[in-house]
Amino acid sequence: MRTTITVNGEARALDLDTRTTLLDTLREHLGLPGTKKGCDHGQCGACTVLVNGVRINSCLSLAVMHDGDSVTTIEGIGTPEKLHPLQTAFLTEDAFQCGYCTPGQICSALGMLEEVKQNWPSQETADLTARITLTDDELRERMSGNICRCSAYPQIVAAIKSYAGGAA
Amino acid sequence: MTQVADWAGSNPIKENRSRLIGKAVDRYEGPLKVSGTAAYAHEVVPPSPPAYGVMVPSTIARGRILSVDLAAARAAPGVALAWSHFDVPEQAPRNVMLNFFQPLTTPAFEFDRVSYWGEQVAFVVADTLENATAAAALVKVDYEIEAPEVTFDPIGDEGEHPPGESDVQVGDFAAAFAAAPVRVDAVWRTPPQNHCTMEPCATTAWWEGDKLTVHASVQLVRKTQHGLAETLKIPPENVHLLTRYIGGGFGAKASWYEDLTLAALASREIGRPVKVAFTRQQMMHGTIHRPATRLHARLGATPDGKLTAMSLITQTHLGRVGNFVERGSNFSRPLYSAPNRLTGHRIFHLDLPVAGAMRAPGEGSGTLAFECAMDELAEKLGIDPLELRVINEPEVNPEDGRPFSSRQLTRCLREGAERFGWDKRVSVPGRVRDGRWTLGLGMATAIRGSSLLPAKASFTVDAEGVITVKQGMTDIGTGTYTVLGQIAAETMGVPLKSVRVEIGDSELPPAPGSGGQFGAATAGSACFEAGMNLRKAIVEIAVADPASPLYGGPSENVTFQDGIVAISNRSETIAELIRRNRPDGLTVEGEIKPAEDSGKWSTQTYGAHFVEVGIDTVTGEVRVRRMLGVFAAGRILNYKTARSQLTGGMIWGVGSALTEGNAFDPRYGSFINQDMAAYLVPVQADIGELDAIMLDEEDEKANPMGIKGVGELGISGAGAAVANAIYNACGVRVRDYPITPDKVLAGLMALGK
Ligand code: FES
Ligand code: FES
Repeated sequence: MRTTITVNGEARALDLDTRTTLLDTLREHLGLPGTKKGCDHGQCGACTVLVNGVRINSCLSLAVMHDGDSVTTIEGIGTPEKLHPLQTAFLTEDAFQCGYCTPGQICSALGMLEEVKQNWPSQETADLTARITLTDDELRERMSGNICRCSAYPQIVAAIKSYAGGAA
Repeated sequence: MTQVADWAGSNPIKENRSRLIGKAVDRYEGPLKVSGTAAYAHEVVPPSPPAYGVMVPSTIARGRILSVDLAAARAAPGVALAWSHFDVPEQAPRNVMLNFFQPLTTPAFEFDRVSYWGEQVAFVVADTLENATAAAALVKVDYEIEAPEVTFDPIGDEGEHPPGESDVQVGDFAAAFAAAPVRVDAVWRTPPQNHCTMEPCATTAWWEGDKLTVHASVQLVRKTQHGLAETLKIPPENVHLLTRYIGGGFGAKASWYEDLTLAALASREIGRPVKVAFTRQQMMHGTIHRPATRLHARLGATPDGKLTAMSLITQTHLGRVGNFVERGSNFSRPLYSAPNRLTGHRIFHLDLPVAGAMRAPGEGSGTLAFECAMDELAEKLGIDPLELRVINEPEVNPEDGRPFSSRQLTRCLREGAERFGWDKRVSVPGRVRDGRWTLGLGMATAIRGSSLLPAKASFTVDAEGVITVKQGMTDIGTGTYTVLGQIAAETMGVPLKSVRVEIGDSELPPAPGSGGQFGAATAGSACFEAGMNLRKAIVEIAVADPASPLYGGPSENVTFQDGIVAISNRSETIAELIRRNRPDGLTVEGEIKPAEDSGKWSTQTYGAHFVEVGIDTVTGEVRVRRMLGVFAAGRILNYKTARSQLTGGMIWGVGSALTEGNAFDPRYGSFINQDMAAYLVPVQADIGELDAIMLDEEDEKANPMGIKGVGELGISGAGAAVANAIYNACGVRVRDYPITPDKVLAGLMALGK
């Protein structure tokens, strides 16, 4: 089925099997394997990408559902030569070990910070009407959809905080 | 042969002139990982478009395969081939063993028998992943089902000894335990655990003539290469195995599986590259797991806290395939003084998936019992649990009298207590409240062995003065790339930016790989030796080159720093020297072997964990609020990556204590939890404030650099510290892991709370 998706700012015309997930589209058809497959069932967050700025698990979505959408993957966030400041923060804080969950963590964190900016509440939010402050507990709750089996969790918190502090 | 004493002198690593050893430098391959440009096994771009293989696992645990109907799969769109036991190409049998517990060969579909649920029984290759997945669902397997024996629930300490192993007895445990005035005698149970590496096992394979290239996600380069060659019955030099980036290992990828064999076979058959990946569900059964244990701990002491008798008996299970035994008692042997000792293991063969090594095999289970038994004993004695450890600190290995190569357990305990605020602990459980939460503190000891294996490495220096480290080593997230670079830079006296590291390739000098906490010491020592040899070679060239300011020597006075070789004020850059003498570069190898007399010392790494938990007495929910580990593990190569290894291990301990565990369905022999929604590894919200600290140490007996390992130390004892904190918080001892809210609640109700 014909679908056009804008990926990292570039319109990509696709003609894919309707069963192809957005994740496999990126990895197997568009040469963008930076988005990882950890479970293929929406359980780990390794496949997190931004669709029209909102974070989703790309394994739970079919490519044909995204005609006209704009998808940002880790490859669109920064390159080894020109890292995004959040990528640099992950590097400096050692917020990864094997690196397999990392693209998902970074995309998820960027989506999450936008959600906070728009005052989306979480399980941790006590006052639904007040301006949300990104406490450690808020951050941990909001990043819990991204599993890191290497368990770089404290370092991930440090990296996101150092970026969010700098960006604010 | 090398002797330990040969390592005693000074060397560039010990001198650490550029202060690169220990330095918290960022990961060498980090920019690639954070930008998603590091290609893992399934992501490597083969020379032509690949086909996709999908495996079909068995849906019975025991029985015979009567027939496999592949007709519908073969007729499905895009299918290139479909195989089962009845038509898979010839391979070597599985019984070619690498060592006692690990088969070297991994033939697919060898037998018409199924020996565990989820064993691969068929395979389909198609042009796309979607077509292959759909076709695999059309495979029909007809079984003659036999009732599986999968229940592991030993009563008493019965069971078979592992082959060739008997219990270790010192003194007379039975008599001393019976006579001890204060005793603990209890049984703990740990469930099977799954590694859940974030990256499922995967292979990309292609052939050029009779030469095979495979990119696989494996911890051991050379063994996997040889294993695959043996399986395919081709010479090892025809297998080029690469594993540049690995999405987690933890022991799971120290074995290799059918994805490797089938990708290679299928690619040969259809003449195009083939990619095969396990699904997350297939990972649970189709790769190894940490088997369940029943741990019987007995401690006897005099009222002053001195242990007079100690025993730990571990019972565990094996599948019908493989001989790995979870040796949960070994770590207790060098741990505490007690004149009368009894330790050993018992095994049960069941129709279960293959048991194997998972992060700190042995310690990962055994400490969950033994370090809680110490806590229970301390309470009975009315002695602080930390002091109980100090009272029983041995001067030499209490089992065999060997001296310790280094041991700073007491310092870890004291320093941790101080930093954590252990003195605030109220010894009576359940006395500290924070709103609806009841709070408690717990501690435990960490211990894990350290070893050195034979390894090689090469260093190449080019005309730009750049040093390239080459080694058939792996980095599974441990920081190998980074620390090898630091060793190279410090040994050669060049800046870090002048070093390149190439690993994960079977064509490079062999190293054992990652596992058993031996990686950094083993691979690193070989690199150090290569560096020393390259220094020697450079000195020889310099003093013999009339164009060099160093001409004429004396050789022994040559120094290496900032990329410059010098004899006092006569100097030039390494680049200039090499450009003149070896414009094409110079490559030198190095090799490390264990010292002949290293067995004279008991060599371990140590630590102490401190935990604060809060327990909701209404729901039984346990939250880890704070956790601190203090460790002594030889010279630390990189404080940043080592800390991450340790905190990662500690979080694994939290998982072991609170959420992680699988169970077998007695009807089918399958794991109950078959994915990451059901098997609960810790997530971000499960972890509070958590840190690891490393003490200064140099273990001169371990290797020339005095380093040890940290990859597994962090998990050892961590779960027990959580369990002990739970007791201190609410007075409930749960001896059946994981300590889930239902068990805590049942305990609270039994206490009338
Ligand atoms: S791969 Fe999509 S959530 Fe795990
Ligand atoms: S870095 Fe390995 S899973 Fe997160």
